[in-house]
Amino acid sequence: MRRPLWILAVLLSHWRRHPMQLATLLIGLISATALWSGVQALNQQARIAYDRAAATFGGSRTAMLVSKDSATFPQQLFVDLRRAGWPVSPMLEGRVQIDGRSFRLLGVEPVTLPSEVGNAPAVGRGSLQAFVTPPGEMLVAGETLRDLGLKEGERPQANGIGLPPLRMQAELAPGALVVDIGIAQDILKMPGQVSRLLVGKSKGKSETPHATLESVAGDKLRLVEPSAESDLERLTDSFHLNLTAFGLLSFFVGLFIVNSAIGLAFEQRLPMLRTLRACGVSARMLNTVLVIELVSLALVAGLIGLVCGYFIAAALLPDVAASLRGLYGAQIPGQLSLKPVWWFAGIAISILGALAAAATSLAKAIRMPVLATAQPQAWQQAQRRWLMFQSAAALAVFAVAAVLIQFGDSLIAGFAVLAALMLGAALILPMVLQIALAFGQRSARAPVGIWFWADSRQQLSGLSLALMALLLALAVNVGVGTMVESFSRTFLVWLDGRLAADVYISAASDAQAKQIKTWLRDRPDVEAILPGGRAETQLGGAPIEVLGLPDHATYRDNWPLLESTANAWVRLRPGDTCLVSEQLSRRMKLAIGDHIEVPAPGGNWPLGIAGIYADYGNPKGQIAVNFAALTRHFPQTPLTRLGLRVAPDKIAPLITALQATFGLDDRNVADQATMKQESRRVFNRTFSVTGALNAFTLGVAGIALLTSLLTLANSRLPQLAPLWAIGLTRRRLAALELLKTMAVALITALFALPLGLLVAWCLLAIVNVKAFGWRLPFHVFPLQLIELLAVAMAAALCAAALPVARLARMQPATLIRTFVNER
Amino acid sequence: MLRVTGLTKSYRSAGEDVAVLRGVDLAVATGESVALTGESGSGKSTLLHLIAGLDAADGGEIALADINVSTLNDAGRAELRRDRLGLVFQQFNLIPSLSVADNLVFQSRIAGRHDAAWHDELVERLGLKNLLRRYPEQLSGGQQQRVAIGRALAPKPLLLLADEPTGNLDEDTADEVLRLARDLVARTGCGFLMVTHSARLAATLDRQVNLHAGVIA
Repeated sequence: MRRPLWILAVLLSHWRRHPMQLATLLIGLISATALWSGVQALNQQARIAYDRAAATFGGSRTAMLVSKDSATFPQQLFVDLRRAGWPVSPMLEGRVQIDGRSFRLLGVEPVTLPSEVGNAPAVGRGSLQAFVTPPGEMLVAGETLRDLGLKEGERPQANGIGLPPLRMQAELAPGALVVDIGIAQDILKMPGQVSRLLVGKSKGKSETPHATLESVAGDKLRLVEPSAESDLERLTDSFHLNLTAFGLLSFFVGLFIVNSAIGLAFEQRLPMLRTLRACGVSARMLNTVLVIELVSLALVAGLIGLVCGYFIAAALLPDVAASLRGLYGAQIPGQLSLKPVWWFAGIAISILGALAAAATSLAKAIRMPVLATAQPQAWQQAQRRWLMFQSAAALAVFAVAAVLIQFGDSLIAGFAVLAALMLGAALILPMVLQIALAFGQRSARAPVGIWFWADSRQQLSGLSLALMALLLALAVNVGVGTMVESFSRTFLVWLDGRLAADVYISAASDAQAKQIKTWLRDRPDVEAILPGGRAETQLGGAPIEVLGLPDHATYRDNWPLLESTANAWVRLRPGDTCLVSEQLSRRMKLAIGDHIEVPAPGGNWPLGIAGIYADYGNPKGQIAVNFAALTRHFPQTPLTRLGLRVAPDKIAPLITALQATFGLDDRNVADQATMKQESRRVFNRTFSVTGALNAFTLGVAGIALLTSLLTLANSRLPQLAPLWAIGLTRRRLAALELLKTMAVALITALFALPLGLLVAWCLLAIVNVKAFGWRLPFHVFPLQLIELLAVAMAAALCAAALPVARLARMQPATLIRTFVNER
Repeated sequence: MLRVTGLTKSYRSAGEDVAVLRGVDLAVATGESVALTGESGSGKSTLLHLIAGLDAADGGEIALADINVSTLNDAGRAELRRDRLGLVFQQFNLIPSLSVADNLVFQSRIAGRHDAAWHDELVERLGLKNLLRRYPEQLSGGQQQRVAIGRALAPKPLLLLADEPTGNLDEDTADEVLRLARDLVARTGCGFLMVTHSARLAATLDRQVNLHAGVIA
């Protein structure tokens, strides 16, 4: 037992002599683990929230019976099925407006509620009496209570009706209000109606149905099996895939650092390893101790990395939550709560990463002969062979990308194209650099110039991994930056068209909306009152919004349509035609001239399609119809939303008068500029997490370059010392070294620009279309590219500064050691 | 041409000052070849490095032609090595990324003293004609040392300094390399100071100087 410890002590002594190398190794492992586990923490937090939402009284985790057209159906069917032995429980779902904001109202029947439904316990026992007896109770999550600005026991108002007193139930998803089904039927004005029947598990023979569904309900109901993945999970898959891709990229960039640090340490420890072998340490023992040493270091770095990852996740969580809310309407709590599996996975990934990064060095150690033969490093031959192999592999990977672009038709295929493009570009980078540097060497005339290019070529093998990391980080930055900028530009133009009214009002109730309208009609400063409304229904098995637009020139002149028939707006008037959002048209493969049947309370509503419009940022599909037609087919639609056309100089006085007369606050009445500003703020926040991850990735790539240069610096002394001996000053050598790093970084950055634009094209034309359902126009932003180029050069300068400064200040004695055989 | 007077140098090792040179006096005349011998640790290489301006002495004076090496700063010493000296090391220290042809002309070109005729003669006499396109890693030890000698003599230095130039070579190759060095030194008329352990090789030069315990014996 003491022998391995002694060997371990000998091995560890190397790090004592080379603390910078140890720091490099740890920094690499810590960055890799921190960024990976930080992203995983964010994903895990979001999934916990989706689970809560899915488990809320019969989300997609519970089997249920719904009507064929997804509309509500009579409660009598529930009674009939219970009598036939079906373990069903009724539920009514709708939306209510509290202080101008929309909440999901769920009416449940606690006595029959299946015990396996996630949030049932708090309703099902002691508090049952209070829940079902008037005035009843309204269960909400803590987050919703905070959003409402109310305390437990208080009673909010919806459409002039007093809701039951609030009671907090932590397990509930934010945004949901849960009441007894009888109370829900009153609030939603749907007496005797239910939205669905939750199907519980039969508890033995006594509860086994003794009649089939068809024999009780005919063809009115259909059974929906539970799904392991919620709608929200499906919807947000692309977002999390995106985050994971960033995390993975940062992880690999971090491993580049580890690989270079371990590689150098191994080269420097070769004589030590040979001596140990010569002293009688078996190859098996030596390799075992090497692995133990590596695992111990990975454990330490993994723990530190996890703590850093936690802080990264905590810092990014508000932005991620804002992104998920903005893009998908998902509610994520703002506090991190991590499962033990996250900690174990983080440690495991650190150890596995370290072993993967050290694989080549460990393999060399296993094959190492005890007696070393003095073989000069045949860099020229070896490098050429390796370059040819890498280039061939790159071409093969590019071919795979081309095949995927041609035949792939899914989000995974889109990400696979991106991965293949980046991998291929990284593999071919050394060849690109080799060709560029060889060209430089051929055109150089002065001897120092020739050496400059030739030595840069020789350095390539040592720097190529770090340069690959820089290439990938830059390409992702260019790609994501171009996508966000393209989106931003398109979004702002679109927003100008969509927010065409001058003032927006959200009344507390229909009655208040009616009073406001009457008041407005007498005001000469109001040029037009544009009532609006929206209803929710299902189409093709997914929820959609039905938006009602008044027949007015404001919409005809400004509303942006991607494609339409002639007189599309005129064709909306009769109420038999609609416009569909781009994401709905892509998802359901709808085109102009097609017909759809929209489930409405009074029966299916047949609509022809007259146009397709962009609806960026909306997770749901949407159709736009004439407002009057909407209120005919969906009579329960809240009529609380109003848009006004007002002369610019009259806007502020009108808003002040509205607020004074009707007690409205800033949330209920806003002018166009404020609405646009708010939308832009939400938009910018949506992409701030991308910006932060971009910066992290570039930062890690910078560290990778720095550590490669630091580790190379020592091994390069034998190459630099002769030049110094011949008469080049240390200062000049340092300047040349700096210039060399900047030159290869510049070539890499220039190569990253077209690659980044290709990545942007893939994101816009493939990934976005599959993930969100909209395709954005592709723009190139030269200023942004120049800025990134400058950032890349600054990163290279920072990375090169330390080793170059060390060289410039290097004591002659250090350089002399290269020549000394004895003293 | 080279005059070294009262040269001292010590190094700090394990917290103690170790005197390596304790007042060395040495002179090498133009066209003269001198072998510097001595046991391991006697300070031969240190003396050579101080003369080459690779390191600075603690005391004493080094004068090469009209230049007081001891008073030069780092840039001045670099200029001295580039323009006035030729250096050859035991490990050859060729530039691995440059071909033999580029290695050969490197110093003469940066010194601005490239002489095409002399370069051709060096290639011819050193037998490098067929090796010009190769890289150092593709050469034997003897071939590499011939390139190193060619590089050092290409700018026609005042003094050629060689630190164990044959230490890594077999006896026959060592004889051959040293013969070439002597011939070429004679052809240029420069001085030649060589550190060696080999009494046999030392005997082939004009004069032998023995360094013992930091002083010329």
